[in-house]
Amino acid sequence: MTVQGHNVSLHERARRIRCHALRMGEVQGQGYIAQALDIADVLAVAYFHAMRYRPEDPEWEGRDRFLLSNGHYAIALYAALIEAGIVPEAELETYGFDDSRLPMSGMASYTPGMEMSGGSLGLGLTIAVGRCLGLKRKGSDRFVYTLFSDGELDEGSKWEAMMSAAHYKLDNLIAVVDVNNQQADGPSGQMMGFEPLVDKVRSFGWFVQRVDGNDLNAVVTAFDAAKTHEGAVPRMIIADTVMGKGVPFLEARERNHFMRVDANEWKLALAALQDGSQP
Amino acid sequence: MKVTSSTTTSKQRLTTSAMIASIAAEGQPTRAAPFGHALIELARRRPEVVGMTADLGKYTDLHVFAKEFPDRYYQMGMAEQLLFGGASGLAAEGFMPFVTTYAVFASRRAYDFIHQTIAEEDRNVKIACALPGLTSGYGPSHQAAEDLALFRAMPNMTVIDPCDALEIEQAVPAMAAHPGPVYMRLLRGQVPLVLDEYGYKFELGRAKHLRTGDDVLIISSGLLTMRALEAAKKLEADRVGASVLHVPTIKPLDVETIVAACRKPGRVVVVAENHTIIGGLGEAVAAVLMRERVHPAFHMIGLPDEFLAAGALPTLHDRYGISTDAIVSSVKSWL
Repeated sequence: MTVQGHNVSLHERARRIRCHALRMGEVQGQGYIAQALDIADVLAVAYFHAMRYRPEDPEWEGRDRFLLSNGHYAIALYAALIEAGIVPEAELETYGFDDSRLPMSGMASYTPGMEMSGGSLGLGLTIAVGRCLGLKRKGSDRFVYTLFSDGELDEGSKWEAMMSAAHYKLDNLIAVVDVNNQQADGPSGQMMGFEPLVDKVRSFGWFVQRVDGNDLNAVVTAFDAAKTHEGAVPRMIIADTVMGKGVPFLEARERNHFMRVDANEWKLALAALQDGSQP
Repeated sequence: MKVTSSTTTSKQRLTTSAMIASIAAEGQPTRAAPFGHALIELARRRPEVVGMTADLGKYTDLHVFAKEFPDRYYQMGMAEQLLFGGASGLAAEGFMPFVTTYAVFASRRAYDFIHQTIAEEDRNVKIACALPGLTSGYGPSHQAAEDLALFRAMPNMTVIDPCDALEIEQAVPAMAAHPGPVYMRLLRGQVPLVLDEYGYKFELGRAKHLRTGDDVLIISSGLLTMRALEAAKKLEADRVGASVLHVPTIKPLDVETIVAACRKPGRVVVVAENHTIIGGLGEAVAAVLMRERVHPAFHMIGLPDEFLAAGALPTLHDRYGISTDAIVSSVKSWL
């Protein structure tokens, strides 16, 4: 059962998000598990510290928007939506099956709380720019969060959107980049060099922070600073993360972009999360 | 082939003149910027309407809207992927973006962004694109010969190919009344006025008979309806009766009207379009007739499956068979 109380620690939220993701992974025997584990801390802070939303009304006008650009991280976002009470935990068993509301790649029309259809990488930040312009037109003070990963920086549309966000002074935009240095064909920096990322994005006119994305305190501080930063500029949090974070034997695995996990290993992975639940 | 120097040619050669040369014939009645003015009218009634472009406001008639409603106008720079993704975002927040660029850039550069962020998400975005088909002599970079094929194939997308200024004016509020994404081919600048003399009224999804004749039925859309009407007048002078069925909505196709018109015996059916013969109105009509077991003598007038040449539009329209005279001579050869 999802924990509904307000006193649940972010550590526990992050641990439970990881557990939900692992259980979905077990349903299929494989998946983008390493990414889900690496981004769980960021999602815990987004959904249980930073964002405003109503679990019973996912389209509440007063919500902060969360746009998952890297649709293959859906397994991670579903885990967060389950933990947030937006998606019932029982649906976890349907992940990836025919007629499920939880398809492998995140799509807006399938899942409550899924604001966009990802999958084709490079879309999210352009949509986020339009969302921010729309919220400003409406006089709303809500934020648009969008998550994408380092490999997606190869797409030119990301840089079109970065230019425009600064041009339109979108101080209601908070982009989170998951730097796990892993994309389909190999380490992101070797596929296409993207560093020095902070300097690049800063030169585009953004307020940029770079943090250890698996350090909850650092992530909380970064989200708080992104929300409260004075200055009519868009905000970016670059989160350096570790693929498979929280499950040591998965962290150590090299071929981890689309991970196969043996049947007996899911229990071991869940057990590792139980053991390591308290820092 | 030996190229003759232009200084020694007796016949005067035409020049490309401009990327966006007018399609109006000399002396033809026109209206200026019908899209922009219609959008202003619409926006006065619908506060959710906004305008967006990618560095082509002046060349898509959106500049008149921008002047009237500067705070409802978004210049997205020369970035078509951003343009359409941004439009999706604005639509998701309850606005109705009218988005303009050239048809080549929407259909080719930004196709995935329209497919995924607008059509798949079913966002209420209206796309109006200038230089459809062969309406620029600039070369393949600006000739959108295949835009209808691409947008017809996209689920959720409604596709309109208006003929003249009057139809564009009427199509704009009809696009707004239709929930969901729409792609409209845009004629811009001084746009010919043709359909007023036929008592025409645009209805989304409906084909309309503009004139009747017993020898040939020309089914057409867009610019080629204007040409078909001119050709029909010339054919009539030669005692050839030509019907013209105008099909401005390419998708969804008005199957009932098209099939009924083609069932009438004794007429050669010619589909004429400002588009490659692959995947446009011609093939759409052919497929419908096959499914409905209607088999008239059938011909297609359209652009060839090749990269088109640069040059003056009248030269190119003659060369590729979509000028009025070329249509007349093709039709005669098929009777």
